[in-house]
Amino acid sequence: MSLSINLATSKQKKTQVTIFPALNAEQQAKLRGLLEQGLPTCSRPYLALARKIGLAESPFIEQQVIEQIKLWQQQGLIRRFGLVVKHRKLGFNANAMVVWNIADTAVDGIAKQLSQCPEVSLCYRRPRRLPDWPYNLFCMIHGIERAKVISQLQAITERLNLSHIEKNVLFSTRAFKQQGARYG
Amino acid sequence: MNKTATLAELSSLDRKLINLLQRGLPICEQPFAQIATEVDASEQEVIAALNKLMSEKVLTRFGPMYDAACLGGAFTLAALSVPEQDFEQVTEQVNSFEQIAHNYRRDHLYNMWFVIATESEQEIDQVVNAIEKKTGLTVLNVPKLEEFYVGLYLPV
Repeated sequence: MSLSINLATSKQKKTQVTIFPALNAEQQAKLRGLLEQGLPTCSRPYLALARKIGLAESPFIEQQVIEQIKLWQQQGLIRRFGLVVKHRKLGFNANAMVVWNIADTAVDGIAKQLSQCPEVSLCYRRPRRLPDWPYNLFCMIHGIERAKVISQLQAITERLNLSHIEKNVLFSTRAFKQQGARYG
Repeated sequence: MNKTATLAELSSLDRKLINLLQRGLPICEQPFAQIATEVDASEQEVIAALNKLMSEKVLTRFGPMYDAACLGGAFTLAALSVPEQDFEQVTEQVNSFEQIAHNYRRDHLYNMWFVIATESEQEIDQVVNAIEKKTGLTVLNVPKLEEFYVGLYLPV
């Protein structure tokens, strides 16, 4: 389904951008702030947002907001536009941070392979902090049960021939604070 | 206990919506009407189900995840090795900084892991120093050097 939507938007983009006036800086800031609180759950949420940010009533205000959000997506400011789940509430309590100590020359290739695994939800390279912290690659695996996550990790390790690489698994045991709408 | 009960209580519509909408929300005039056609329900049913999931706090919200760097902000992942008897106190000390976005306890010598989100790189260093001063512990600061993949997807 997303494929057909994307095709439709890319066809329309050029003409729409020129037809609808862009939001000014103040309106953009207001829209960003409101979106951070979430999209209103009403039939015409983008129209509701247009009114909330104080756009003067015209037949175009809904499209102005829609085009602005699409532009932010294109520019990469918006990384993902969807719903934010409470993974603990959904039973995903086994949240494992898997850290690897991989030779600098091999880390990029292995990171790319790990990113292909459906179980891996994040994959970042970070600096080592020797002598206490030798790990330079971080992945997250979210699961319902620890045992399952461990067996998934084992399968990945075997499939990608990573058994010889030093790693550590840090399961989370409690979340003290979960907030924010940003990726870093 | 509570958590698995919540999962079991999800209706088939709830599950379809959670799985579909984690992939992304349509950006068109009537997004919920479009979703409704894909999950075989009415627009009103979709909106009602989503409102219920949000009031039950299964979903936090709909909307964008912003790229911090694009907004001119800065981020880092940091950890502390906290002595067990001080854990509660240090948790309070660390969470008292408004720049702390997430804080998890993990089973490792480094047992407290948190994300620091600030307006600038400089402010990251200031917060790290302030945390060290307040807690008397050394912060392990491991900022992202390269991102290979971000795609949290949790099918239910």
